Amino acid sequence: MNLTGLDSGLDVGVDSGLNAEHDIELLENFATEIGSEGSVTVRGGGTQWEVGGLPKADAREVKAPTGVWSFAPADMVVRCGAGTTVAELNEKVGRAGQMLPFDPPSPAEATVGGLLAVGQNSYRRLRYGPLRDLLLQIRFVNSLGQLIRSGGPTVKNVSGFDLCKLMVGSLGTLGFIAEVILQCQPVPEASRWFSGEAMTIPNKLLTELWQPSSILWNGEQVWVLLEGHRRDIEAASQSAGLAECEPPVTTELTSFGKDSRRISLPPATLKQLPKYFPPGSFIAEIGVGIAHLLADQEVPADMLPQPDQRSVALQREIKARFDPSGRMNPGRSVWRDCSV
Amino acid sequence: MSTDKLVEDLQEVLGDGRVRVDLLERDLYLKDASIYGGGRPTAICFPKTTEEVAGVVRVCAEHEWPFVPRGSGTGLSGGATPIGNPVIIATSKMDEIISIDPEVRIAWVQPGVLNLDLTNQVAPLGLHYAPDPSSQQVCSIGGNVANNSGGPHCLAYGVTSAHVVALKVVLPDGSIALLGDESPEPEGYDLRGVFVGSEGTLGIATEIAVRLTPNPPSVRTILLVFDAVIDGAATVSGIIAAGLVPSAMEMMDRAAVQVVEAFTHAGLPTDAAAVLLVEIDGLAAGLAASEETISEVATANNAREIRVAATPEERELFWKARKSAFGATSRLAPDYYLHDTVVPRTKLVEVLEKVYEIVERYELKVINVLHAGDGNLHPLLSFDSREEGVLERVARAAEEIMQASLDAGGVLSGEHGIGVEKRDFMSRMFSDGDLAAQDTLRACFDPASLANPDKIIPEGSRCGDFALAYLATTGKPLPKEVWV
Repeated sequence: MNLTGLDSGLDVGVDSGLNAEHDIELLENFATEIGSEGSVTVRGGGTQWEVGGLPKADAREVKAPTGVWSFAPADMVVRCGAGTTVAELNEKVGRAGQMLPFDPPSPAEATVGGLLAVGQNSYRRLRYGPLRDLLLQIRFVNSLGQLIRSGGPTVKNVSGFDLCKLMVGSLGTLGFIAEVILQCQPVPEASRWFSGEAMTIPNKLLTELWQPSSILWNGEQVWVLLEGHRRDIEAASQSAGLAECEPPVTTELTSFGKDSRRISLPPATLKQLPKYFPPGSFIAEIGVGIAHLLADQEVPADMLPQPDQRSVALQREIKARFDPSGRMNPGRSVWRDCSV
Repeated sequence: MSTDKLVEDLQEVLGDGRVRVDLLERDLYLKDASIYGGGRPTAICFPKTTEEVAGVVRVCAEHEWPFVPRGSGTGLSGGATPIGNPVIIATSKMDEIISIDPEVRIAWVQPGVLNLDLTNQVAPLGLHYAPDPSSQQVCSIGGNVANNSGGPHCLAYGVTSAHVVALKVVLPDGSIALLGDESPEPEGYDLRGVFVGSEGTLGIATEIAVRLTPNPPSVRTILLVFDAVIDGAATVSGIIAAGLVPSAMEMMDRAAVQVVEAFTHAGLPTDAAAVLLVEIDGLAAGLAASEETISEVATANNAREIRVAATPEERELFWKARKSAFGATSRLAPDYYLHDTVVPRTKLVEVLEKVYEIVERYELKVINVLHAGDGNLHPLLSFDSREEGVLERVARAAEEIMQASLDAGGVLSGEHGIGVEKRDFMSRMFSDGDLAAQDTLRACFDPASLANPDKIIPEGSRCGDFALAYLATTGKPLPKEVWV
């Protein structure tokens, strides 16, 4: 096996008590458990278990390895098993003033691998970008039960095809994530929510504010998360006429729970939401395009991007070639309409 | 084999004027900006629209003839170099900005639009296109997509992949597909993500949606001067460890500074062992705090001078010095080989010391210009190709440098791509299984291997191996029709 990159890092702030041979053993055990025969699924914390449909009942359930295996603060990269919880990961890198801006609703249960496999991004994506851009290297187990590596341990890399991107959001239908190397971010000095009135879409805040972390809008009110130096935050909120408030993400609508729907829309179409839904019944991520709706709210079909048929055919080809016997997460689909 | 019918069919799609077959013109396309040559193209096609590209590719598919997409030809790994006698599909006449939405900050462009032209076009809106390779005046956005190009400012803003929202592409069978869309989480697999950086082996991007980035409210550019390279590198790590991500962090060694200073007269100290150019941007209080931190880290690491650009003109001059480094080396020797590897930031000194040792052993000259913040090394070996045996020495030194980077936990390429240059070294970084998985992906897009064949994946790692592995592991042949 190719071990390139496994031993990079200083292990600062992490006392895992593990060594590279031990990590390899855990990874190989995981690959052996998945094997090459029979339907199989990997369960993380189960916090987003319903996304894409439930795996068929006969699928064997396997757990990914856990542990933060190396962390180099001066490289701002961390390597961990896919079964590691987001809370544990953030606790470890937090000791060096760093973080992974993943923000799942239940970080103590949600696993890194599960989060990447589902691919739903944080409400702070506006500033930190999507999850996929923080994933530097991946090891996954393919349908033959082999460990496959893609990407590299450095923050910049164009060495071959980028299978990391293919795996993020693929719901474990092409391979099972075993281990990842992620790019950390510095924890901002201050982080504060503000709000104000906004009867029309507050797109102008995108230009007025410098790198806001989040702008949420419900048709009558706007919430803004500003992060950085506290004096800059004060000055920016004052000039934009915003008042400090409680974080809105604890409200029912944005809890990403079972009673809300999460829709991905072109950001230019968000302004149409009040035409269909009364103010206060939705929350839109301005500049990003995610809309959180109540469970019974249907978005008109013409607002949703239509799947490109040639692209879908190509994706089916990829599924067929990566998982010829259809044993990986049978029953689960990355397409809304499985009949497409 | 006669190519008359092929050319005739291509001319039917584009007309005579945009299918060039003169020997003289074909010879202009023997290479990209790298030193790698190989074949001679059969024809050069200049389509203007997605439909025309599709028409050209369909003709190639019908004739089972390979094609090579080409942007501005500034690539350094031989990615656009013809192997055999392919048709070259040049995107240089596809240079229109299709639409700009300043409100949601997305622009659709044709692939031949030059990187800096896009930035200049959107400048009045207070926006820019963030990836800024040193060749940004001449390189095209389509070429940037093919190579997942970086640039100094991708330290904070990310490489091309982070700025590509969606792609309309012509696939190697001549069909047209939309990969991704303007929504943040398009359903299905992220084919946009796998297409970026695929070096023209998965098809041709014909319309590209890119994200535009707001210009920062203010910028500070700081020049740090060191008497030892190790101090400069320690400063890079120290700044990151202190929780700062500057927008750029570039280093030049003494040889680089001397060449550049003679060319640009930017006022750089030619006796220094290394200079580090650090740029930060943002709001006033954050900038002041960051500047203070940078000064403290630099002072603690023996910086002998800390110079903040006092005017926009001075900042421009610093950057001119950095970006003209490679052009300026023509003063050293007529030819150069520009390397591109990445190592963990914390291994920069160790690998740089090896670079000096290797080039000395091969009696070559080197200047080092680094995207230090990313751990991205660009040793530039200058030489005179008329000197007997020099090319072999360059190749061997380059190979040793690459191996030293891999040994330090690094990767083959940070932003120039694999092309033909590093194709046969891929197996030093990846296992057979890793490469088979990559080739499986390639084969989904291009089962007939017509799109820029013989690039990236070394011989012997083709996906036939995947079927064999499947057979070996399961004892069963691949199912013929498996729609899951």
